[in-house]
Amino acid sequence: MTDTTDTTNRTSATYTTGTTDTGDATYPTGLAGLAGAGRGPAPVAYPQDRTCPYQPPAAYDSLRDSRPLARVTLYDGRAVWLVTGHETARDLLADPRLSTDRTRPGYPATSPRFTALRDRRSALLNVDDPEHHAQRRLLVASFTLKRATALRPAIRRIIDERIDAMLAQGPPAELVNAFALPVPSTVICELLGVPYADHEFFEAQSRLLLRSRVPEEVRAARDRLDAYLGALIDRKLAAPSGDGVLDALVHEQVREGTVDREEAIALATILLVAGHETTANMISLGTYTLLRHPERLAELRAEPSRLPAAVEELMRLLSIADGLLRLATEDIEVAGTTIRAGEGVVFATSVINRDAAAYPAPDTLDWHRSARHHVAFGFGIHQCLGQNLARAELEIALGTIFERLPGLRLAVPADEVRWKPGDTIQGMLELPVTW
Amino acid sequence: MTDIHIDTGVCIGAGQCALAAPGVFTQDDDGFSALLPGREDGGGDPMVREAARACPVGAIQVSTTAG
Repeated sequence: MTDTTDTTNRTSATYTTGTTDTGDATYPTGLAGLAGAGRGPAPVAYPQDRTCPYQPPAAYDSLRDSRPLARVTLYDGRAVWLVTGHETARDLLADPRLSTDRTRPGYPATSPRFTALRDRRSALLNVDDPEHHAQRRLLVASFTLKRATALRPAIRRIIDERIDAMLAQGPPAELVNAFALPVPSTVICELLGVPYADHEFFEAQSRLLLRSRVPEEVRAARDRLDAYLGALIDRKLAAPSGDGVLDALVHEQVREGTVDREEAIALATILLVAGHETTANMISLGTYTLLRHPERLAELRAEPSRLPAAVEELMRLLSIADGLLRLATEDIEVAGTTIRAGEGVVFATSVINRDAAAYPAPDTLDWHRSARHHVAFGFGIHQCLGQNLARAELEIALGTIFERLPGLRLAVPADEVRWKPGDTIQGMLELPVTW
Repeated sequence: MTDIHIDTGVCIGAGQCALAAPGVFTQDDDGFSALLPGREDGGGDPMVREAARACPVGAIQVSTTAG
């Protein structure tokens, strides 16, 4: 699928908002302030495309005035709860009555893509406890802060190699394909024990899984990735163990019969896909955001010790995983209302992370504040497994590229740069730069 | 006296405690939260409560008693 196809349907404001599910029948009457409440204006369509890649869509303004909960309409006309308040989001993301099991009837979808894999085996993210807890425990030791720190020299080497290549071939360069994508892709391959030589194949399947709007395409991509990772697992089973995370999974779990082959494939899929796409988006969008804030960038160059705080603040401000999905399995009393069993709940991280009650002047990029406690990595049991690795990659990637390419700037006018549509992980589609 | 209790049965190894208060918390070889030797009482580190709040699964309880 080409990037052009991705942008053909970018205006989601045309969603049908007239048809709603039974959620509206139980609509609380005591919350007149909620966006789209009761007989007021039709609920806001969610998600929508960003009008500036580092700001929530302007159409979410009414949602930002409606905290901690709002009602929104999804692409299929279904009305769901949108969590917009920071403290409420923390409470609800940690609430076991909200499920991420997408096989449950009524599980919400923000794109036709999400319905395509409902019946497929999933791991970690779309699995509830106790199964989730058992899977997570298998992997925790490979993603600790210490492990991420130990990987820093290797990450720096990978980043330097990419910048060497850019310097040898340019300027100019297209930063997504020359840097933002290959860096995390190489890092996760080395960590998992996946041959980087296959990157074009698995990156293409990931793109379809995360961005295609055609369910058949999504299923076909999942089939191809399953076959590829299944074959990789079989090869690892037949060989002495390497030192990758998947080698350990195969030799310590699959061989012993504690994890079956299908579960191992599901685990490998999420580690590989989540391990490169998300970080790639943060690198491209983080670079763009810093280029659009030259005073902040100059500050950061003068004071590189601020990098960890800058990365945390960029995570908060950019909130690239914008729209975490849950299904209520029981009635939940929250913020003076009741989320009914069977209702969909969506977490708008871009709105939650700009709650002025938690972050004064929330729209300002300011790493002198404490951005800690943002929910850009989620919260609760599903909080990102790879977050320590992501922080290390982002700190080194952003620090190194501005250090080694001091004249880095956009090669096209800022308003000609294209970014991803609202129904997927946010980031740049392309980032033409020069130096 | 500050008393720190970590529920390792609940811990998911996110590492948020070790990130917020690296002078008190670490992750053991299995990846789960642990207190650094000699810092079982928090060592007066003001970040201990931030670490508890940063825990995504509420596995860290901090209580302070007089004396």
